[in-house]
Amino acid sequence: MPVRVRVPTPLRRFTAGSGEVSAVGDSIRDVIEDLEHRHPGLRERLLDESGELRRFVNIYLNGDDIRFLDRLSSRVKDGDDVSIVPAIAGGK
Amino acid sequence: MATTFPSCQRSPAENNKETVPVERARGVLDLIGNTPLLEVRRLTEGLLNPGVRVFAKLEGFNPGGSVKDRPALRMAQEGLRTGELRPGKVIVDSTSGNTGIALAMVGVALGYPVELVMAANASRERMRIIEAFGAKVILSDPLEGSDGAILLCREIIERAPDRYFKPDQYNNEFNAMAHFETTGPEIWRQTEGRVTHFVAGIGTGGTVMGTGRYLKSQNPGVKIIAVEPDDPMHGLEGLKHMASSIVPGIYHEEELDAKIPVSTEDAYDMVYALGQTEGLLVGQSAGAAMVVALRLARSLKEGCVVVLFADFGDKYLSTNLWIGWQSWRRERLDQVLRKWNAFSNAII
Repeated sequence: MPVRVRVPTPLRRFTAGSGEVSAVGDSIRDVIEDLEHRHPGLRERLLDESGELRRFVNIYLNGDDIRFLDRLSSRVKDGDDVSIVPAIAGGK
Repeated sequence: MATTFPSCQRSPAENNKETVPVERARGVLDLIGNTPLLEVRRLTEGLLNPGVRVFAKLEGFNPGGSVKDRPALRMAQEGLRTGELRPGKVIVDSTSGNTGIALAMVGVALGYPVELVMAANASRERMRIIEAFGAKVILSDPLEGSDGAILLCREIIERAPDRYFKPDQYNNEFNAMAHFETTGPEIWRQTEGRVTHFVAGIGTGGTVMGTGRYLKSQNPGVKIIAVEPDDPMHGLEGLKHMASSIVPGIYHEEELDAKIPVSTEDAYDMVYALGQTEGLLVGQSAGAAMVVALRLARSLKEGCVVVLFADFGDKYLSTNLWIGWQSWRRERLDQVLRKWNAFSNAII
């Protein structure tokens, strides 16, 4: 069973408008690679040139910020919830 | 028995006299506006032609801490004038922070309760400040961003339309009017009419529209340059990527001379650079505006560039702005300054 990935509005242009997609992988980094395969363009929005999580992107694994877990190496298992959340809300 | 201080007490006769010196504010609303203009000298040292100067309008000096005090007050005043805001009404709006703080402050000063809808990923400091003013915070889905807050706010009002006064900063022309009446004239006066370029970020568009209109009314040659995030997925709190957002009704792009995109990384680097060169800790939207102001200034042979810094940075200390900043050193400045070179083509 794949993991469920919640996608924020600014990235839904890569997922045909869908706010929730599936992906597979053993780690967050794997999940992002699989997302890129299924929805080209997503990886560049999440990772910088050195392959690290962009500073203004937060990813939550089952509600926990992966920066407080094992970052991109955080392990995922079938059925996990992954949420991509922009660091800010935009607009004033 | 409580100690009293006779010198602080007024006699009945004194109550009718003007006892407060004019230079002292009589209420917090009197402190809005008249913010200082600071020349950005250290950061730009050696980078500009001799006839070019850059000044920052420091809106963080407003009592609520941001440029948004101006439209919040003006929109509330207009509501009172028309009767849309009257006793029994609650001020409500959607905001990711600064307007919320401003409305909460204005609400206290005018005696009206305030409720604010914001995405749950707005900075914690801003939520706390709003709550400290006694306003109610209603959180919307963080995945939906500010547009989600706008939609939730609409739903709340539809449930009880008679209960609320919504300043509606995205569509209220008195948002831009506040800047036409105050920010623009202040800049004109502070530069003695020498301003040639005005640079500001786009959130609702109110600042750049209203200030721009005033400056152009004084000198049609003044160029108005708006700054926006380079991508819908960004980390520039307060700014909107127009092409992917609900476009505010008060935003009229045709009035701008240019609209320049800035990456989140560049804006963050500029925040760090300003801290370590000018001794100014600003918010990320100010960082973004300064990136454009610097690149613009480097493109000019002569000119007086005014860039608006919407707020200071102390409200963002818990945000992603400060992830990784410890590794930022002064030595990085040369590297980033090379990145922010003159615009290669004549944008204006």
